[in-house]
Amino acid sequence: MRVTFTVNGRRHQADEVWEGESLLYVLRERLGLPGSKNACEQGECGSCTVRLDGVPVCACLVAAGQAEGREVVTVEGLAEYARARSDGAAAGARSERAAGDGTPAQPPVQPPPLAPVQQAFIDAGAIQCGFCTPGLLVAADELLEREPDPSDADIREALSGNLCRCTGYEKILDAVRLAAARGAETRP
Amino acid sequence: MEFLRPARWDEALAAKAAHPTAVPLAGGTDVMVELNFDRRRPDHLLDLGRIPELHTWETGPETVRLGACVPYARIIERLPGELPGLALAARTVGSPQIRNRGSVGGNLGAASPAGDAHPALLAAGAEVEVASVRGSRLIPVEEFYTGVKRNALADDELIRAIHIRKATGPQAFSKVGTRNAMVIAVCAFAIALHPRTRTVRTGIGSAAPTPVRARAAEDFLNAALAEGGHWDGGRAVTPSIAGRFAELCAAACDPIDDVRGSTAYRRHAVSVMARRTLGWTWEAFREGGAITGGGAQCA
Repeated sequence: MRVTFTVNGRRHQADEVWEGESLLYVLRERLGLPGSKNACEQGECGSCTVRLDGVPVCACLVAAGQAEGREVVTVEGLAEYARARSDGAAAGARSERAAGDGTPAQPPVQPPPLAPVQQAFIDAGAIQCGFCTPGLLVAADELLEREPDPSDADIREALSGNLCRCTGYEKILDAVRLAAARGAETRP
Repeated sequence: MEFLRPARWDEALAAKAAHPTAVPLAGGTDVMVELNFDRRRPDHLLDLGRIPELHTWETGPETVRLGACVPYARIIERLPGELPGLALAARTVGSPQIRNRGSVGGNLGAASPAGDAHPALLAAGAEVEVASVRGSRLIPVEEFYTGVKRNALADDELIRAIHIRKATGPQAFSKVGTRNAMVIAVCAFAIALHPRTRTVRTGIGSAAPTPVRARAAEDFLNAALAEGGHWDGGRAVTPSIAGRFAELCAAACDPIDDVRGSTAYRRHAVSVMARRTLGWTWEAFREGGAITGGGAQCA
């Protein structure tokens, strides 16, 4: 069957998809997006976490046909996704300011080429073998979108579906705290 | 294999009637695992993800009519007041990613004795609304489970919704597993106090071929509470009543030995969970009927 959906803002079409195939397989093997990792194939490890219409899901448990017409964000599109989000927030803040006290609008600060959460993972040393990293990044980014100032319990809860066999998780928690702290500094 | 993608409920029922062996697909958290591992190769997959009414709920005076595909994450977020036991159970399902997709309808369709929703449904009181092109019917949840991974659905029927009694008193859910996330229950226990009818109901998971109520334990407790005037006076439940209740709950189990736990361990754990959850809910009732469900509590 043919499946057409949006991945990282671009319309994609996959042909001759087997009806029982997972979204993960289509992303990796048919669309050339190997960032989402294939490990357990049963929703245990979280390495294939993507956003499906904004919601974090295990791509291995979504049938390809269920993605028809939907919007998917993978780790490959995370930087752009985060940039669009912060541009949107900055535009909102600017218009609020303009309406409020008449301060002239500032040009947007050029964001780094990585999403803030990606840079924080690097800076905190949260990456070892890197296999679990894409799934963790997508999950952590969604947490910070929803809860910009998460408690440790929030972080543990949000990442409880992502397994890492290298780091012992402490550096990953550090990375999310760092991303949240940097986010707080840049918020108006 | 054919992928059927009905946009409306009547189309879904027509598709199921035309292809009785079609496997319904909702969040995919069970069905996709079976496909990924080559355990199942159905001729037809019937995707229910595009039918809007399956993803909504209606709150009536006595019950919540919960669409079959409402994900656990929504139940936790939106229904902890009406369905505290189910919301607590939902919090223990898998991980955030799984709770964003998995649903009570899927739990019922799979009918695994370890499904987390089942004990909470049994304790609260629920009916499963199933439908086919022939019409629809309500099945009391106790009668819905017919065996290990078997349920009362006919070949042409689909689960439309679950009618769950709204809480009128404290409820609790407890589950034994090796960690807090991503755990299939070794065993689980749910309890619901129903002060208006002066009854207590229970649900046991993963300790018998199907989810079950501990009926003898309920009967004993209901009689003991009535006899002692506990509902009126707000008196504490004595250790002897709680102990006997726990024993009878353990006796309602018919567990197996498997990789997750032994028969003896499961019986013991159910008795401990029964005693503790009775304690928590009865104390909440004495303190003014506060309904739990906001936070998770471990046994």
